[in-house]
Amino acid sequence: MGTVAWAGRKIGGALVVLWLVATAIFIAIRLIPGDPAEAIMGGPGSQASAEALAAARAEYALDQPLFAQYLLYLGKLLALDFGTSYSLKQPVAQVMGEVLPNTLWLSLLALAAAWLMALCFAAAAIRSSRFASQLGSLMEIIAAAVPHFWLGAVLIMLFSSALGWLPAVDNGSAQGLVLPVLTLALPLAGFLTQLMRDSLGEAMGSQFALAARARGESRLKLFWRHGLRHAALPALGLTGWAFSSLLSGAVVVEAIFARPGLGRSLLSAVLARDIPMVTGIALFSALVYIVVMALAEGLERLINPAGGQR
Amino acid sequence: MSRTAKILSAIVIGLWLLMALAPSVLAPGDPLAINPVQAFQKPGAAHFFGTDESGRDIYTRVIHGASDSLSIGLAATALGMGLAIILGTVAALSPRWIDDIILRVLEALYAIPSLLMALLIIAFTGPGVGPAIVAVGLSTAPGYARLVRSQIRSLKNSEMLESATVLGRGSWLKVRNHLVPNALKPLLALVTLGIGQAVIWAAALSFLGLGAAPPAPEWGAMLSAGRTYLHLAWWMSLFPGLAIVAVAVSATLIGRALGGKVKSL
Repeated sequence: MGTVAWAGRKIGGALVVLWLVATAIFIAIRLIPGDPAEAIMGGPGSQASAEALAAARAEYALDQPLFAQYLLYLGKLLALDFGTSYSLKQPVAQVMGEVLPNTLWLSLLALAAAWLMALCFAAAAIRSSRFASQLGSLMEIIAAAVPHFWLGAVLIMLFSSALGWLPAVDNGSAQGLVLPVLTLALPLAGFLTQLMRDSLGEAMGSQFALAARARGESRLKLFWRHGLRHAALPALGLTGWAFSSLLSGAVVVEAIFARPGLGRSLLSAVLARDIPMVTGIALFSALVYIVVMALAEGLERLINPAGGQR
Repeated sequence: MSRTAKILSAIVIGLWLLMALAPSVLAPGDPLAINPVQAFQKPGAAHFFGTDESGRDIYTRVIHGASDSLSIGLAATALGMGLAIILGTVAALSPRWIDDIILRVLEALYAIPSLLMALLIIAFTGPGVGPAIVAVGLSTAPGYARLVRSQIRSLKNSEMLESATVLGRGSWLKVRNHLVPNALKPLLALVTLGIGQAVIWAAALSFLGLGAAPPAPEWGAMLSAGRTYLHLAWWMSLFPGLAIVAVAVSATLIGRALGGKVKSL
């Protein structure tokens, strides 16, 4: 498949997926028993004022026929208009724009840290004894099984309460970032190591590695030029999963470390039952997921030694 | 599965079942009994895991918590897997265009990370144990359904079914004798891994204040309560979390022994 055709197919598929997510959310709002305007304003418990309900009816065009509402809703989404957060009284897109860099920065640092740790562990595992490697693989399973919300608490207890090295609350400093990043990165590193170890070991023990060594390439160069490429491929295939883990983890990590971000906004929106905010963030994360998946697949095509043939 | 792995798995499952079904055998006390004089006791001979802010015994609470945490995880997995089996089987056995539609929908749902999907559902339903089960179940269903579908599709095109067709077996007979038993075994591994995940997700929701609420002896709720006293009483957070990790690790190890892969989740 040519690159242009491939990109076209990807974009088409992404649009279909986004449209389906948006439609599912539209249906879900209408499935809530009672007045949809009230549902948008946080359910019957929120006791929204008559003016607020009237404003919601006008904004979501609830007096129009259902299909017209649907078209209007899709039109607004196309213009990246996710509605107004009733708990914050601000456009959802604006709130997301303000907190997004925090979450993005956190996730990217965690992703980088996880890759680095996984590569180091995987490289170390090749040359270690059978016992050490079995111990290592148990550690990986444990690392991958540890939930973010508990790991964060343990790291705070260890490095903040007991040792006093790092702040427990993210105060905006570089030190404040260490624990949140570690909390996100460790479980991911556990998963990535499991994947990389096998493929790295295979690549380093293969015929072409032997040939390269015979040509006089150093082990280190071999690792950089060939091993890494083979180790990265299966890990790249896991990008979608990693992204999900990072975003889910961000909700928890931002709550524990009192760090502003997309996850924390989502959590307070859920607690306030702020439907426009919640659906806005869900749609946005679906969009990011699709973009990330496409990028990962593109990267895979680029570095795959088999030249993109599958 | 090797003999040792079988015996070990049986012992581990037996222990969890004992904790969940007959917690009083291991911890005879009342998990909800408060005793303010004994608040914030460090772990020791009187209280193995210490006590919480109201003097409740953490060891008793962790043991009794198995019942809540595990049953929420089991219920959520059952819901997710049940939906997945229906959707995946329908997709795999349907004509191409129905399969395409179902696959597209699953892909769309899969694009929202599990915890976000669970939060989205709870935003509509409001918090609680029931909504948490539904949220975790529904948010794991798309991932399972994709695996069930590919499993059944690969079986559908297998030689085994071809020969059954050549022999003139009816379609119901084929589904019963070949598809179900052969698809079931890999699913069992998946379910085992899934229970570990579901226990974690459900605890995460309780931790965030959206599932079981304190003072219920549910592990996530206990962690949520312990968060306030992180600097004061580390034991309140350490032990319930260890229980969650222990469940997740045993689920991973047993699931793997059954032939499952973690990354497929």
